[in-house]
Amino acid sequence: MSTDIKSWRGVAAEDADELDVAVSLRLRDRSRRLLASLLRPHKRPLWWAVAVLLLQNAGAMAGPYLVKVGIDRGIGPIRADGDYTVLIVVTSAFVVAAVTEYLAKRAFLVASGRIGQAVLLDLRTRVYDHFQRLSPAFHERYTSGRVISRLTSDVDAIGELLDGGIDDLVLAGLSVVSVGTILLFLDLPMGLVTLLSFPFLLWLSRWFQRNSALAYRRTREAVALVIVHFVESLGGIRAVQAFRREPRNQEIFEALNGDYRRANERAFKLVAIFAPGITLIGNITVAVVLVYGGSRVMDGSTEIGVLAAFLLYLRRFFEPMQELSMFYNSLQSATAALEKLSGVLEEAPGVPEPAEPMPLPKAGGRLDLEHVHFAYRTSVVLPDLDLHVPAGQTVALVGATGAGKTTIARLMARFYDPVEGAVRLDGLDLRDLSEADLRRAVVMVTQENFLFDDSVGENIRFGRPGATSDDVVAAAEAIGAHEFIDALPDGYDTAVGKRGGRLSAGQRQLVAFARAFLSDPAVLILDEATSSLDIPSERLVQRALRTILADRTAVIIAHRLSTVEIADRVVVLDQGRIVEDGAPAELMGGEGGYAGLHRAWAESLV
Amino acid sequence: MSSQPAVRRSSLHSLWRIRSYVRPYAGQMALMTLSATVAVSASIVIPLITRAVVDGPIADGNRAGLIPLGLLALALGVTEAALNFNRRWVQSYAALGMETAIRDDLYAHLQRLPVAFHDKWQTGQLLSRATTDLSTIRRFLSFGLVYLLVNIGTYITVVALLVHLYAPMGVLVAVAAIPLFFISRSLSRSYLAVSRRVQDQQGDLATYVEESAVGVRLIRSFGRRDHVGRTFRKQATTLHDSSIDRARLVARFWSMFDLVPTLTLGGILLLGAVAVSRQAMSIGDLVAFVSLMLMLVWPVDSLGWILANGQEAMTAADRVYEVFDTEPAIVDRPTAVVLDEPQGLLRFEGVGFHYPQSAAEVLHDIDLEVRPGETLAIVGVTGSGKTTLTALVPRLYDVTAGRVTIDGHDVRDLTLESLRRTVSTAFEDATLFSSSVRDNLTLGSPDASDADVQQALEIAQATFVHDLPWGLDTRTGEQGLSLSGGQRQRLALARAVVSRPTVLVLDDPLSALDVHTEALVESALRRVLTGTTALLVVHRPSTVALADRVALLEGGTITAIGTHSELMADVPSYRAVLSQHADEEVAS
Repeated sequence: MSTDIKSWRGVAAEDADELDVAVSLRLRDRSRRLLASLLRPHKRPLWWAVAVLLLQNAGAMAGPYLVKVGIDRGIGPIRADGDYTVLIVVTSAFVVAAVTEYLAKRAFLVASGRIGQAVLLDLRTRVYDHFQRLSPAFHERYTSGRVISRLTSDVDAIGELLDGGIDDLVLAGLSVVSVGTILLFLDLPMGLVTLLSFPFLLWLSRWFQRNSALAYRRTREAVALVIVHFVESLGGIRAVQAFRREPRNQEIFEALNGDYRRANERAFKLVAIFAPGITLIGNITVAVVLVYGGSRVMDGSTEIGVLAAFLLYLRRFFEPMQELSMFYNSLQSATAALEKLSGVLEEAPGVPEPAEPMPLPKAGGRLDLEHVHFAYRTSVVLPDLDLHVPAGQTVALVGATGAGKTTIARLMARFYDPVEGAVRLDGLDLRDLSEADLRRAVVMVTQENFLFDDSVGENIRFGRPGATSDDVVAAAEAIGAHEFIDALPDGYDTAVGKRGGRLSAGQRQLVAFARAFLSDPAVLILDEATSSLDIPSERLVQRALRTILADRTAVIIAHRLSTVEIADRVVVLDQGRIVEDGAPAELMGGEGGYAGLHRAWAESLV
Repeated sequence: MSSQPAVRRSSLHSLWRIRSYVRPYAGQMALMTLSATVAVSASIVIPLITRAVVDGPIADGNRAGLIPLGLLALALGVTEAALNFNRRWVQSYAALGMETAIRDDLYAHLQRLPVAFHDKWQTGQLLSRATTDLSTIRRFLSFGLVYLLVNIGTYITVVALLVHLYAPMGVLVAVAAIPLFFISRSLSRSYLAVSRRVQDQQGDLATYVEESAVGVRLIRSFGRRDHVGRTFRKQATTLHDSSIDRARLVARFWSMFDLVPTLTLGGILLLGAVAVSRQAMSIGDLVAFVSLMLMLVWPVDSLGWILANGQEAMTAADRVYEVFDTEPAIVDRPTAVVLDEPQGLLRFEGVGFHYPQSAAEVLHDIDLEVRPGETLAIVGVTGSGKTTLTALVPRLYDVTAGRVTIDGHDVRDLTLESLRRTVSTAFEDATLFSSSVRDNLTLGSPDASDADVQQALEIAQATFVHDLPWGLDTRTGEQGLSLSGGQRQRLALARAVVSRPTVLVLDDPLSALDVHTEALVESALRRVLTGTTALLVVHRPSTVALADRVALLEGGTITAIGTHSELMADVPSYRAVLSQHADEEVAS
């Protein structure tokens, strides 16, 4: 594989191994803060849940007590004079307690389910919205697989915590505190002996916390890699099968899946030590108290009843510890997921929206690139570019691969911001425009022409949600796509399939054009948007473009110079600099690069 | 619903089929169950020792007797912890082993399933099966199943003891299992449906997340963040609502699982008190009876959880087996032969094709012959089926009528390995994988030498790779350096020619190249094509020049075949497809 696997891994996804203590603490803080902010809106339902939980618990505790009362007090009167009153009263009380417990438990489960699901919904939409806010450059590094992993597997891990977490925590915490208090009051020396177990419990928990944080972090990253490979290789299944890539893919998958297994195994083994460790400490304490308490009874320092009660309570003390340890385990697992998610949420959008945008009610379409300097990482693409496009003009950008055409298009659509200089629309810096205004004014069509797995009509309507069916048809007609769409089995309702796979590449491009046309922007940027079209379709699109572009600004990048011919102006680029600039006819007559390109192209048509 | 029992049977059956993955770990599973059983028993015995201490040494003032009992309690306590440790330790190995094995197999199966399957199934749905569903199954196998056995064992043991202690009341406790049985059955019915719904919706949500991650540039360029955000929220809310339905169901049933044993206890109190007062049993017996009964609370209580977990595992197994049960339609026939020393005679004989979901024929009655070393171009309008035609050669799809042959062998009679080694392809949509450039180039021929790679790069005008940060070792694909469409197309072309295939299938492989590069690629390709049988989908007159003959694809079949100049001269529809100036000609 590649020489440097690490350098291509994500940004917000901090790699597990190289975390120092400070970073680790910062991560935990950040994720606890996220958890707190997720729970805050549910304060009232949480209190309600805790209240019914306590009620349920009271009902559950009352049961055994009432049985004891029934036996102690109920049997006597029956034996003495056949008086069933006490027994019936106690039994009725028992039934009331049982029903209360039942209702409270049911109410609690509904409440905790509601809170948990509401938190998950909130978390999902927050993370999803934030992902959409992050720049295309971020997504290129982060990969779609990792986005999916964050929004599925990581959210699931938090769901597991919320599923059983609240009752485990509340009940366990409650009984530990109350029983601990009782222990100290019942018999101080025995209580203190019991307290001796605390340092061990703490030490074990700390040990678990430190190691499991690392282990769960690894698990999160390992599952993300499994998902990334899974999504990527199945997305490209045609190439996989055509090139017999299956064995190699299987090897990679099994290796990643194996890593995931090992990461999980590590976490599971930590729990395998931690949970029984808690049991062990508890059981040893019981044995010690048994002997110590027994001898105290014999010394006459305490009574048998106290010892019996003490041992019973001790049992109650350590049993919830188990639950507490399981809660702690899911908390650790969820924290690792929260670290990743809070990392995403913390990621600042590369092209942030202004806090106070300048209003742009109706864009005219004048574009100015002023002293624009741009570089990807270290390689400079545009050293210092000045380009002014008056409103309504159609400009073609021409030049070899790497000349910077696509970069200019992306700067105009604000996929990136220039390192130095400014891109202005109607004199306003793009960085000062709201996302909504900017996108209404500027639309870019690329050769990528992504389609959603939806109907053809819906894919066109994406250009202007809320457009009527007539608008959609009109857009398709204008672009010359109506004919083929109409011939599809269900016309505009035909599902295009995954990634639009049921359409040919050329048809997808026509749909993309119709979509852009429907959105009716002041500035239309076409980056190699016609490369997949055959000549008849291209001719149709070209004819349509003449009318479409008449009243708007257009920037066209195409290596088919047929598309360029409709331009008012041609700008020839070389290594990020403008080397020729003028009307097509003017340049064609000259001796420059464009004339040469045009000759080569004309020859290719024969 | 009348179909419910059938659904349940099939879900149970799906879960039962998982046993082949459990079998290698049968010993471990038994060990886990045994550990859990003994540990539960130990935890039951410990309180009894407490009682023995109180009743024995303390009552007698026997200090010496205290130590052995204390040690016994210690020993039991250590045993319980040790067995729990053992169960969990074994589980971390066995349960994850099963999960990993199923996932490996699922992935292998998915890679074997044909392109037609992947056209239909969204990656998000497949992914949710491979991750969420398999974890659900793992959780059931490692925990639910073990405790189901332990709890049922505990229940039967305790009930037997109770019957032994005082038969009438013991029978009452046993009878209480009947409502539990009905509750479980009713739970199963409604839970299966909602569990399946939740899992499907999780898959849908994953699908939408995937789509909006891949289409993020489109969403941005149209400023549709709010629009997709709303759609996502709608879907997430649907999942939220189904999950709430599930939570309600859980609430209804779990609380019942609590109520039944408690009410039984109430009945026991009533009956017991009466029995004691009539001297049918002693108070000591009643106390023992009640304490034994309290031991049933947890097993019964947890049964609700285990059943829910089991149902989820059942529907998850159903979903996983839906994929496993899809037979790979394109596989080696039993009699498949290896194509040795191929000559490269490619023929389409009466070929027809339609996609599985629709009866509409995309291709019909295609007869074509490409002689060894010949280059045939396919020309046709957008959507005429050119790409489909090329996909039939390496069997990405199988013909639905007629046959495709290489050197007289039906491609379906050849091993896939040898067929796809003989036939090399490049698609317009150039897929690169997340690995080094070198790895991407030598996909089909791992033993290609550096010289072969270099030559392929030169043919495809892709020597730009040497200028990448790490040259041929630079990682590309989704997890690597992103390349432009033209660069990717050139790498895909280099990949197709690096193995020096006998048959080369190129689907519009130069569409994203500029005229200058295209001319260079073409002149280099011309040399390669002299010794190679090639099928070429083209849109441009310039690329047609590479071909010896051209076939025109119209209305799903070949309507004309000949040299470019012949067709230009004689076939108006050909001219319309390929000539930039056809407009004027038609008009005049």
